[in-house]
Amino acid sequence: MISLAGRDILHAWGKFVFTGVGLGLLIGVTLSMAGIYRGMVDDAEVLLDNSGADLWVVQKDTLGPYAESSSLYDDLYRGILTLPGVERAANVTYLTMQVGSGERERRAMVVGVVPGGPGEPGQPDTLVAGRHITRGHYEAVADLMTGFRVGERVRIRRNLYTVVGLTRRTVSSGGDPMVFVPLKDAQEAQFLKDNDAIVHQRRRTEANPALNRPGVPGVLEAVLASQSVNPAVNAVLVRLSPGADPDRVAADIRRWKRLQVYTRAEMQEILQAKLIATSARQIGMFLVILAVVSAAIVAFIIYTLTLGKIREIAVLKLIGTRNRTIAGMILQQALGLGLIGFVVGKTAATFWAPIFPKYVLLLPGDAARGFVIVMVICALASLLAIRAALRVDPAEAIGG
Amino acid sequence: MAERPAPRPLGSAGVSPASGQDARATGIRIEGLRKRYGSGDTAVDALKGVDMAVAPGEVVGLIGPSGSGKSTLLKCLGAIIEPSAGRMTLGTQTIYEDGWRIPDLRALRRDKIGFVFQAPYLIPFLDVTDNVALLPMLAGRPNAEARQRAHELLGALDVAHRAAAMPSQLSGGEQQRVAIARALINRPPVILADEPTAPLDSQRALAVIGILNRMAQQYQTAIIVVTHDEKIIPTFRRIYQIRDGRTHEEAGEGRALD
Repeated sequence: MISLAGRDILHAWGKFVFTGVGLGLLIGVTLSMAGIYRGMVDDAEVLLDNSGADLWVVQKDTLGPYAESSSLYDDLYRGILTLPGVERAANVTYLTMQVGSGERERRAMVVGVVPGGPGEPGQPDTLVAGRHITRGHYEAVADLMTGFRVGERVRIRRNLYTVVGLTRRTVSSGGDPMVFVPLKDAQEAQFLKDNDAIVHQRRRTEANPALNRPGVPGVLEAVLASQSVNPAVNAVLVRLSPGADPDRVAADIRRWKRLQVYTRAEMQEILQAKLIATSARQIGMFLVILAVVSAAIVAFIIYTLTLGKIREIAVLKLIGTRNRTIAGMILQQALGLGLIGFVVGKTAATFWAPIFPKYVLLLPGDAARGFVIVMVICALASLLAIRAALRVDPAEAIGG
Repeated sequence: MAERPAPRPLGSAGVSPASGQDARATGIRIEGLRKRYGSGDTAVDALKGVDMAVAPGEVVGLIGPSGSGKSTLLKCLGAIIEPSAGRMTLGTQTIYEDGWRIPDLRALRRDKIGFVFQAPYLIPFLDVTDNVALLPMLAGRPNAEARQRAHELLGALDVAHRAAAMPSQLSGGEQQRVAIARALINRPPVILADEPTAPLDSQRALAVIGILNRMAQQYQTAIIVVTHDEKIIPTFRRIYQIRDGRTHEEAGEGRALD
């Protein structure tokens, strides 16, 4: 049996290819949007993986440290370490800020970790260059995405740090690359006041008669000293002993330390359901709109192409061509257009995904689902043209 | 004269091979055909009792002024619209008598009636061979067989050398010859030609009528040519003049064609 649709496409291949390319770019955008969502989910997963924690201990009644701010005293980890089932516990701070190097700046999540080595919760697991932070101050390990190099001096607030190591795919849930610095430096960066503010605070404290009692000079000095240090961290990351039950250890910490504790599953739920839920809905809306626009474009193109062949269709009907043959021709053309569009879209998305500033994860499963959806949309979009073709009166082929 | 072709296999229009051969033997006959558009006070009688008979191998002209009912008659003959009353016979097979007697009109049109239009209306995305071979291919016949038949017809119509060309590459006369080949591919007992020479100059118009006469003889096909074309009217031996929805048979000049 001859393929009328195939012949028509071959005859007017330029029209089909250019239309397919246009549609393909739209499909490429759609696939990229899905990839952005997948990237966000993957970023959240990677954030949890890279923390190296089994439990997150945070301020009570908060969803910290990623979804809400959380503040804990930095000595609480000692008590947590004594609880059964806890193998390691380490303080950590997170702060998204601008990190500068020379004239350029990069938005990054600065992570304060306890200097040590791999295996300590919060530390980057593997490095692609350099070494881990070993000194207590002014060393940094940066993600490759920051563009920093080993040996480069980067500026965080007022201090300069030497990049001693590079890591890969350590990002925040928002996709910002991480820069690891010693915990004390991170605490200072997060809570340090500028000199004017410190002077004002001292003046206020001195002016407060309750803190500056005549004849008791030690009180004022003690208060001023406490104001110049910051004992807060955002969370304590806990690694469990092999075989320990996360829920049981979490319950113990809640009971004895009166803190909020999240297991891996709970933290995953917080990140996906709360942190990226709005973005996911936003992307979902875009996907729906793009699907509708794609359908409208395919419908319009196929309808226009069909209207251009009304006389030929009338002749075909007059000389005895079955309706299903004509409908099949239009349907095959719509599917052909969808196929061209999908191939172009998938190729375009694959090529431009690495250029996106945020991580775009194109999954084969999404591509397969996208292909099916494109084909269904094209089939539905061809219905209008098929309806128009089937309503053509064969008598139109005859004058009068 | 060319040898008469072998009988066609059974079509799906419900016409048996025997009756198909009878159709070729006795052509098409119309008796008291009427067609009314609308109803009540607004009813219009386009055909008021048309009688007509065309024998196999005969080419007759159907002429008449605009609005006389030519197109309506052609549509009734082509099973495109349903007459209101009367009888139409293809050979011994009655295809209409106060209602269609054939269940599948589409198959009837495909297998038993050939159409040639004012413009060739070739399918622009098929080459000449496939334009001609399209009908049998769509009917499910093997492509090679259909193309072989198409080549034979194109050869008979002197356009075999353009078999691989696209319609846009053909002249008007070549396109019309390809359209005639398409109408003949299923060897129908009847061909309806609607102003087939309208877009052609005198020489080409006469050539097309010559071809139709030759094909009618060669394939024993009854051909009805609807025309206004003064150049070709003298070539018909018989003419049906249609006026006010009624036909009047006249003898034509039957001028010889080169």
